[in-house]
Amino acid sequence: MIAHAPILPILIPFVAALLQLARENQRWQRGVGLLASVLLLSATLWLLWLADDGVLRVYALGGWPAPFGIVLVVDRLAAAMSVLVASLALPALLYATAGFDARGRHFQPLFQLQLMGLLGAFLTGDLFNLFVFFEVMLLASYALLAHAGGLARTRAGIAYVVLNLLGSSVFLIALGLLYGALGTLNLADLAQRLALDGHDRALARLACALLIAVFALKAGLLPLSFWLPAAYGAAGAPVAALFAVMTKVGIVAILRLQAVALAPAMPDLLAGWLTTLALATVAFAALGVLAATRLRALAAWLILLSAGTLLLTPAPASEAASAAAIYYSLHSTLAGAALFLIAGVVGTAEDAEDTEDAGEPCRRADAPVDGLVRARWIGPAFLIVAATLAGLPPFSGFIAKLMLLSALRETPAGAAIWLGILAAGFLTMIVLTREGCRLFLKNRAPAERPPAPIAWQKTTATVLLAAAGPLLALLAPPLSAYAERAARQLHAPGAYVAGVLGAPTPGTRPENRQ
Amino acid sequence: MEILLAVAVAVLTTCGVFLVLRARTFPVLLGLTLLSYAVNLFLFASGRLRIDAPPLIGAGAIFADPLPQALVLTAIVIGFGMSAYLAMLALRALAASGSDRVDVRPEP
Repeated sequence: MIAHAPILPILIPFVAALLQLARENQRWQRGVGLLASVLLLSATLWLLWLADDGVLRVYALGGWPAPFGIVLVVDRLAAAMSVLVASLALPALLYATAGFDARGRHFQPLFQLQLMGLLGAFLTGDLFNLFVFFEVMLLASYALLAHAGGLARTRAGIAYVVLNLLGSSVFLIALGLLYGALGTLNLADLAQRLALDGHDRALARLACALLIAVFALKAGLLPLSFWLPAAYGAAGAPVAALFAVMTKVGIVAILRLQAVALAPAMPDLLAGWLTTLALATVAFAALGVLAATRLRALAAWLILLSAGTLLLTPAPASEAASAAAIYYSLHSTLAGAALFLIAGVVGTAEDAEDTEDAGEPCRRADAPVDGLVRARWIGPAFLIVAATLAGLPPFSGFIAKLMLLSALRETPAGAAIWLGILAAGFLTMIVLTREGCRLFLKNRAPAERPPAPIAWQKTTATVLLAAAGPLLALLAPPLSAYAERAARQLHAPGAYVAGVLGAPTPGTRPENRQ
Repeated sequence: MEILLAVAVAVLTTCGVFLVLRARTFPVLLGLTLLSYAVNLFLFASGRLRIDAPPLIGAGAIFADPLPQALVLTAIVIGFGMSAYLAMLALRALAASGSDRVDVRPEP
């Protein structure tokens, strides 16, 4: 059983999706989906606990050893990201069962397939397999983005699909170049061959640069980030909440490629330009945050802001920066998703009916909001999420930023990074204060209709995600220690290569082999 | 042979990029299809070009690299599904708004 643990996070959503497709009955689909998400969370937590012994768990699919077959590799970073996906999926799915999933077909199986793609992308140790899981994730996300219709969603969907198809083409070209130059697509084997002589260095370098460009497109680095606010802002609340983790797939891929393959062989590939562009992304996103007129659009820009902040970490390739990146992605994903769910609840109340208005043009910022539900919890939940996102002291945002800033202080661009992140945090605080005033204080207009009650699923899901800010702050000592151990493991490329290429067949554990 | 393949990839890529930049859904769809053809040819060539060689080790003295062929097969299947979905989405947008532009925002 333990030997097969690495495949569980991929199998559980896949089997759940098949079961859901077998019977198109809403209660059955919801039941299976929620059960699968709980199972997934327990499986990933188990994996997290297993991975903490520092042994690289390599799962050779079909029993084919590493350079020839496809392997899944579980280290601390992959396990932590799997837990993040699972702990985001459960509230998002719970929120969707309040009625969003019924406004179109196949929401539930698509949701599970998207989870499968996300988890596979974090766990795989093979670049072509990474491409396949990217496509699984993207195909499901295309359909989820267009779920429940609306012209704005369809339009945002077209731009998103076209851009990602172009990205996939570039990804394949990069893979072709890599295979042509090095004769392998296994990440560990690739790292080993890159470090040796006897291949076309220019070609391999070009291929790696193209790969980084594709990952940067997924992550939302500045010249490639214009799609992100439009797509995330148009998606329905639970879908957007799940999308919050999609940019992290690109960022983790860059971190891993940099640590395992690039840092030993061509350490200067990311130097100079990545940090500059990431800072530009932070500035761009901060301006977008300032200009956003709806809470949902604001949340989308904040996701871009956190992606820009995270993209500052791969270039220095230091353990401290990577540890900060891991803790920051936990914090920013959960808090960003919480803001999307709050925007969903508020947006529903704004329209006084359950239409999740996507086709409607921007509301003016000073327009009074009629019939906003005065649920007791929504104000405090917004306050906590806003404080977390702005990086105010008692919550996880403060700790994440502290880790990040202290890790990046000694780097060449340290002063600019400090200035950029602190200014962006300040702008975020101003804008979230403005939004809070607009939505929860200024709104005195009497409701024409009695406000619709908020479904308990929405309440539970939103409160759970909003509680992540204080919870991550309370758990900061063990979590940051874990992140440091994960970063140390990530920046030991020799151990990664040795662990994967000596991959045993399933059934024998890595440590038994020696 | 190499020159022929290189020219084919170049022409397909050029046409694909040109069509994608037209920013109307039908040319964009055609452009993406052409680009995926170019990519498939390119992937195919990454295993080096050999004529009259089976992709089986041990079947003869010379053999072609089977891995790029498997990669191309996967890429074709995925690209086909994506194009079909994009076509559906484009039709839906056309029906809803009467415009086939990719980039226009709805009038406020």
